[in-house]
Order: sequence, then C-alpha cells, then structure tokens
Amino acid sequence: MTARWLLARRLCQLGLLGLFLTGPLTGWWVVKGTLASSVTLGRLPLTDPLILLQSLLAGHRPERAALVGAGIVAAFYALLRGRLYCSWVCPLNMVTDAAGWLRLRLGLTERSLLLSRRARLWVLGGCLAVSAVSGTIAWEAVNPVTMLHRALVFGALPTAGLVAGLVFLLDLTAGARSWCGHLCPVGAFYGLLGRFSLIKISAARRAACDDCGDCYRVCPEPQVLTPALRGAARGIGPVVASSDCTACGRCLDVCPHDVFAFGLGREKSEK
Amino acid sequence: MDRRRFFATAAHAAGGACLLSLGLAGFARPGAKAASVALRPPGALAEDEFLSACLRCGLCVRACPYHTLTLAEPGTGTGMAPGTPVFSARQVPCEMCEDLPCVTACPSGALAPQLTDPTKARMGIAVLVDHEHCLNWQGLRCDVCYRVCPLIDKAITLDERHNQRTGKHAMLLPTVHADACTGCGKCEHACVLESAAIKVLPASLARGAMGAHYRLGWEEKAKNGGESLVPDTGQLPPRLPEFKP
Repeated sequence: MTARWLLARRLCQLGLLGLFLTGPLTGWWVVKGTLASSVTLGRLPLTDPLILLQSLLAGHRPERAALVGAGIVAAFYALLRGRLYCSWVCPLNMVTDAAGWLRLRLGLTERSLLLSRRARLWVLGGCLAVSAVSGTIAWEAVNPVTMLHRALVFGALPTAGLVAGLVFLLDLTAGARSWCGHLCPVGAFYGLLGRFSLIKISAARRAACDDCGDCYRVCPEPQVLTPALRGAARGIGPVVASSDCTACGRCLDVCPHDVFAFGLGREKSEK
Repeated sequence: MDRRRFFATAAHAAGGACLLSLGLAGFARPGAKAASVALRPPGALAEDEFLSACLRCGLCVRACPYHTLTLAEPGTGTGMAPGTPVFSARQVPCEMCEDLPCVTACPSGALAPQLTDPTKARMGIAVLVDHEHCLNWQGLRCDVCYRVCPLIDKAITLDERHNQRTGKHAMLLPTVHADACTGCGKCEHACVLESAAIKVLPASLARGAMGAHYRLGWEEKAKNGGESLVPDTGQLPPRLPEFKP
C-alpha cells in the first residue's frame, strides 16, 4: 500500500489550481480565466467542450478562440483518457474523495440506494436538451465544478465553501460517490469523449489477485474492475475497458500484489 | 437495532437535513440590498442571447483595467446568472476604454467584437429616477452628472426651465438622451446624493415604447408639405364647462 498515485494526483490538481492563482495572488499571470475557458501565457486558448456544446445547442455561434480552445481540450481528452479530467483536474474531486474517505472511516459501505450510475447520462442529456430548448448554457447555472473553480480563482470563498459543503454532504449521506459516480454530467461527457482513448489501467497480473477487495473499496467506479479482474475465463481484459474509469491510480496504490499497472493502447470494450 | 446502526441512521438523517438547509440557504438568502442595478459590460449581446454565449470564464473581468467588472454569484444580490460578468455603476462605473479590453478578451463573442467604438456601447440608459431629490431640480447648480458624462452635451444636456418657486431664476435640468447614452454609469457614480438620483437601468426597464400605430400630427404634417393628413377635422361640439346643452 502506497500513496504514490494519490499524491501525484493531488499535486496535479493543486498545481493546476496554482497556475490559475499565480496571477490573482502575485500578478504574474500564467493562466487567465477559469476551467470554463482560459488563456495560457497570453497565447493558448482552452475552452471546456461541454460548455461550448451547450452554447452551440443554445443557438450561439462562438468566436474562433472558443472553438479552437474547445477543439484542443476535446482532442486532448479523446486521445489520452476522457475522465482524466475527473481525477486529475477537477477541483471537486478533492471534496468527493474526502467524503469517500470519511465514509470508509465511518464504515458506511452501502451503495447508493436511489440512483443508477447511468443517471448521469440522463442528466447530461437533460442539460443538452434544456440548453437547446431554453437557449441558455443550462448546466452552468448550477454546475458545482466550474462554480467551485471560479469561486477559488476569483476569491469568492463563501461560495466555494457552500458548493464544496453541499457536494461533500451529498456524497457523505446519499450514498458512495453520489456526485461523481452517479450525477455529474461533466464526468459523463468526458467519459463519452474518451471512449476510444489511449491511457488504460490494466489488471496485468490478475493471476496474482487474491480477492481481498481493497481495490473495490477505494475505486470511485468499482463496476469497471470486475471484467478486468475476473474476465480471464471469458477472454475479457485484463485492460479496464470501461470509459467510466478515471485512471486515478488508486487501485495501483492499494493492491498488495501489484496486480494493476498503467498502460497505453487500445482495447475493444467488452460486448 | 444495534447502537452503531442507530448512530449511522441518525447521522444520515442529520446529514440529509444539513444538505437540504444548506441548499435552501443558497437560494433563499436575500441578496445584499441592491444599491444599483447590475449592468452588463460593453458590447454584451441582448440578455437572452448573452446567456447562450457567455462561457462564464471571467476573462473580461481579468481584462478590465479599472476592476469595474465582477462575476455574479449566488447570494450577491445581482439577480444575474452565476459566473456572468456584471458591474454596479454606483460602485465602479465603466471607463469606456478606447481599446475595449473586455470585448477583445471575450473568447465566445458574448461581448460582440463588432463593437470597436466605446461610444457605441449600450450598457444601459441613465434615468433621472428621482427629480424630487435632484439638486438641479431644486434650482441649485450641482451639474455633477452633466460634467462627468463622457458624452457631455450629447448624452446629458442641461435644459433651462423657469424657476416657479423664486419666480426670477432658472433651473437647469439634467436631461438624458438615450440615443447617445452608453450606460457607462459615470453620472450615477458621481451623483452627490447619499443615494443617486440618476441611475443607469437596462434599456428594457428604462425605455417606454409608443404604440406602433401612433403618428405625431405635427411630424406627419411636416412630411406632407405642411398639409394636415386629414384636411377638415369637422365641427366638434363646444366642451367648455360653462356650456350647457
């Protein structure tokens, strides 16, 4: 049991937040803007493709900077892995991870009672539909991901506390990983975007697995592990094929037998 | 039910209640008392189009050299969509920069890049909302709103009127001309009263509109070569009060 990947992820998340914060705090601008849309070093435009998609559906024709920026971001995640966004970039991940950790500590192990993991796809569909019908970028009215990031970058600390507190309580009380694993349409979108991407977790040494269940306890999307770990007989795996996997690397950290490894490559998803 | 389970259930219920009340607080908390109406930056598309275009990135806020712009957030009392740029003229008005840095910073076109001349911006329209407190309307010479106006004598003029109270002085009444006013808010910011008598309002609030069928007789007459459109108005019965039919 190590915490190598966990530490790497925290460094990445905080480092990215730091890049947004050097400007407001020291006057030395690296990244201006927020996760919704930003400019790096006065040159590189980056835009969240989901927000731009809603804008397009709402009937707006964006300027070039937003289109180029969204193209770059979409290409990056489509190529590497969509949900890298969730575990390596999203500032809310630290909040939901904290709630997950506390749940383990309190022994609250039962799964969400009310929601299917497919609910987020419906929420995503709802966002896109509402955007098209109402002519607004609908999800941004409530999106806690961008709201938290914006509040942190612009120093609106009460708002940041409120958003983080709400999602923390939701994850703590309504069921494990309620937000990221069941409801968040941003994660669902990046998951779909990364269906055919390169970075994969692989249960390369699954023969060594002794069914201790440690990986299931820490994995934010434990349903993705089963085919990779147990699929040998059916010729499935050992690569974790589901695009729900956020490549957070927690399974690598906790596995006592080093079953898991990061890998590159394309593997057809099961079925 | 064992003790552990009891506490877990109780914690669940308490947490759920906290969650609900926090969420309720976010929505129900009355915003700070609005000192002035939230306005959009120069070049902003009409509000319904703006909400389809603004990515809520804050780049315009970062570009504004006078820190005029801020991002609306829930509970700040602006009533605007979270993350969208607004300013409050009474606090910091728009300085109408020549090069419009907010507009050039906008990646999406929510602040339309077609706007290149800040005097063509339409952020709102100044309205003398309270002539009962306006010093010039008392016959005094304050003139501050007029003097700070970047489009002095175009967007705000001083219109001379006889002072009925003294019977021998003039009143110089600040008068806004909507065709020239950009809504920058310098007048509202500078108004010397404790609460500004002149306030910038969004055009949708500030302006009335005549019925589409309205025709002004004198204009029609001028267009018609000095002839009334209806040559003979006919005889109307006398309507003086002393007249008894």
